[in-house]
Amino acid sequence: MSILKKRATAGGAVPPPPRRRLSPKAVFWQAALLVVLATIATWLVMNARAALDARGMTSGLGFLFDKAQFSLGEAFFHFRPGETYLTAFAVGLGNTVMVSVVSIITASLLGTLVGLARLSRNGLASGLAQAYVYAFRNTPQLVQIVFWYSFFTLLPHARNSWSIGELIFASNRGVSLPAPENGAVFAEAAAAGFLGFLVAWGVSILAERRRRRTGLRWKPLRAVQIALILAPALVVWAAAGAPAEWSVPVLKGFNFKGGATLSPEFLAIYFGLSFYIAAYIAEIVRAGIGSVDFGQFEAANTIGLSKSDIYRRIVAPQALRVIIPPLAAQYVSLLKNSSLGVAIGYPDLFSISNTMLTYSGRTIEVLCIMAAVYLVMALAIGAASNAANRYFAIPGRTS
Amino acid sequence: MSAAIGSYATIGNDAPRRPAPHGAGRLAQLKARYFATPGTSLLTIVLGLMTAWAVVSFVRWGIIDAVWYDPTAEACKTASGACWAVITEKYRVILLGTYPYDEQWRSALIIAIWVVWAVLTAFRLFPLRMRLAGWLAVFVVTLVLMRGGVFGLSYVGTDAWGGLPLTFLVFGGTVAFGIPLAILLALGRRSPFPVVRFVSIATIEGVRGIPLLVVLFFGTLILPLFLPPQLDVDKLVRAEIGMVIFFAAYAAEVIRGGLQAVADGQDEAAKALGMGYWLRMRKIVLPQAVAIAIPALFNDIIRAFKNTTYFAILGLFDVLGATKVALDDPAWVRYGLEGYLFVFLLYFLICSGLSLYGRSLEQDHARRTRRAEQ
Repeated sequence: MSILKKRATAGGAVPPPPRRRLSPKAVFWQAALLVVLATIATWLVMNARAALDARGMTSGLGFLFDKAQFSLGEAFFHFRPGETYLTAFAVGLGNTVMVSVVSIITASLLGTLVGLARLSRNGLASGLAQAYVYAFRNTPQLVQIVFWYSFFTLLPHARNSWSIGELIFASNRGVSLPAPENGAVFAEAAAAGFLGFLVAWGVSILAERRRRRTGLRWKPLRAVQIALILAPALVVWAAAGAPAEWSVPVLKGFNFKGGATLSPEFLAIYFGLSFYIAAYIAEIVRAGIGSVDFGQFEAANTIGLSKSDIYRRIVAPQALRVIIPPLAAQYVSLLKNSSLGVAIGYPDLFSISNTMLTYSGRTIEVLCIMAAVYLVMALAIGAASNAANRYFAIPGRTS
Repeated sequence: MSAAIGSYATIGNDAPRRPAPHGAGRLAQLKARYFATPGTSLLTIVLGLMTAWAVVSFVRWGIIDAVWYDPTAEACKTASGACWAVITEKYRVILLGTYPYDEQWRSALIIAIWVVWAVLTAFRLFPLRMRLAGWLAVFVVTLVLMRGGVFGLSYVGTDAWGGLPLTFLVFGGTVAFGIPLAILLALGRRSPFPVVRFVSIATIEGVRGIPLLVVLFFGTLILPLFLPPQLDVDKLVRAEIGMVIFFAAYAAEVIRGGLQAVADGQDEAAKALGMGYWLRMRKIVLPQAVAIAIPALFNDIIRAFKNTTYFAILGLFDVLGATKVALDDPAWVRYGLEGYLFVFLLYFLICSGLSLYGRSLEQDHARRTRRAEQ
């Protein structure tokens, strides 16, 4: 009987090893470490207190509601002198998030393209992709950013600007593009479309569940999904009076009027972040696809799947398992490196904080708030990647 | 078929020879690589034209129409090509920084020592112990030469240090102090003591979650506030502390990977022999773990070299910071592109060299383990 019982446990979960009690020696060393750390911390804090008292400075977070008298460069969000420090933090955070999001999207697309090109059987495509990866990985990102900045600021004056079809102009003032006259309406329509996309995603999950249960396909699924995405966007757009005017940049005096202008600062940090990280993403994508056993391609070919289905249904789900963790690390790296905007004057979280600590004198508070914000964002990306990893994991396997 | 008497060659029993590939030959190979299908042919032609256009315009701009020597920057104004004269004019500032002009032979000597010893290390002409001792000597000589104040060398303060010697010094210090700290953090993360584990995890994850610039600002701006006023730590040292901690937090995770790859039996066997914790780590576990971790560690080492450019933001004159100073000269301010391309190339060469060396270490390791398994 006892043998059977033993077998039963051996077949199931392994019982946890008995909890070891810490020896007195271990307790002593840990207590000593705690005391040393606490002493150092107290000593540091007392020094800081004394230093602040000697300079007649106060500490605390009350300064956040004081009015700040500095102005900042233009970016996605604007800051006017006279608004509070708290607003300045929010503006910096907004600019950091915006430039990170557009750079992450660009870097992912470009990196995937280059990674696939490296696997291409076409020698020229794979060679160019390899050259790209070598050049951008083996040089510091800051040098690249400063290089792009110097490139964009050394473009000709507005009068001699480079133009594409008299619609897009590149000059030392930045790149001017045509933009809808009423941009806010389009942003709202895009947001409505995104909500529709989320609903469409939910519908596809439900449809897939039903298919697995009953084996029946829901024929109009694609049409319904497209309608779900487009309809809300169109409704919002029509409700605002269906504005369709586009504003095209025109040279007036020394600068362009109309359209939308991307500043050299934004372009430099955007190019610097996207192109550098894209080189790393290319290597991750290549390794991810390389990790899929070749037999998988052959088997999929044998059962007659089309090339796009092989990639979508067979390769991607297996490759993503390898790709996601390092990819998330690259996204965190991109977000953190957006702080290099300070080198060229892009008003991101770091450069705004840098200005703030000069004006407010609250070095410790400003730096700690900024560090905490970056930490929270990095942890959020990490949590999202863990969730994605669970979603793509093979059910029943831990790794 | 037993005609081959006296020979060990077997005839007819082995697998049939592979037939010659269809249409072998250089031309057919090229065709298979570049023009296999209409789609790939089109890709080849489009990419080929684009590459050719890029190469031709770069050669026109960078070589044919370029100005190579022009101390007054007058010829550059009318030239349609690159103005490499900015490099020939400013290379001393870019490579040596704002170091006193009469003492710049010291900086040049430092660069020469580093390059020579790096090449000697890369070709493994000496045993490992000698290579490491050599690096220690190089490091000490660099410090003495830079700082001066002994052996009749005049004293030069750290605010005047700059250029490639500063970049090398910062990089060397980051790796030399960072790896031991990383090993301690990695061991701490696996420690059975909860307090040690917590402190290690908090340090590693906290530092990895914030930008290097923030760590450097903590070092340069906040550290002096927390230290007593009589303890005046140099700005360069404060920034270097930030670099070391940031590097160690990343390297610790790589070394932890190496520690996890060492079979538990190694540690258990050593324990059974009665070896203590530190002896086990030093003689059994760490040598294997670090050997496994080295290829991945080299990515972090290369990144540490690239990260030395962050010093430019702190107002120190590493290669990038010195280049910025050189390009502030109103006569040359319009030739930033050429200046930064030169810096780009310089970093590219050094980082490529480091990455080649890392790959050769990886191959060495693979060869050693294969031999060990036989």
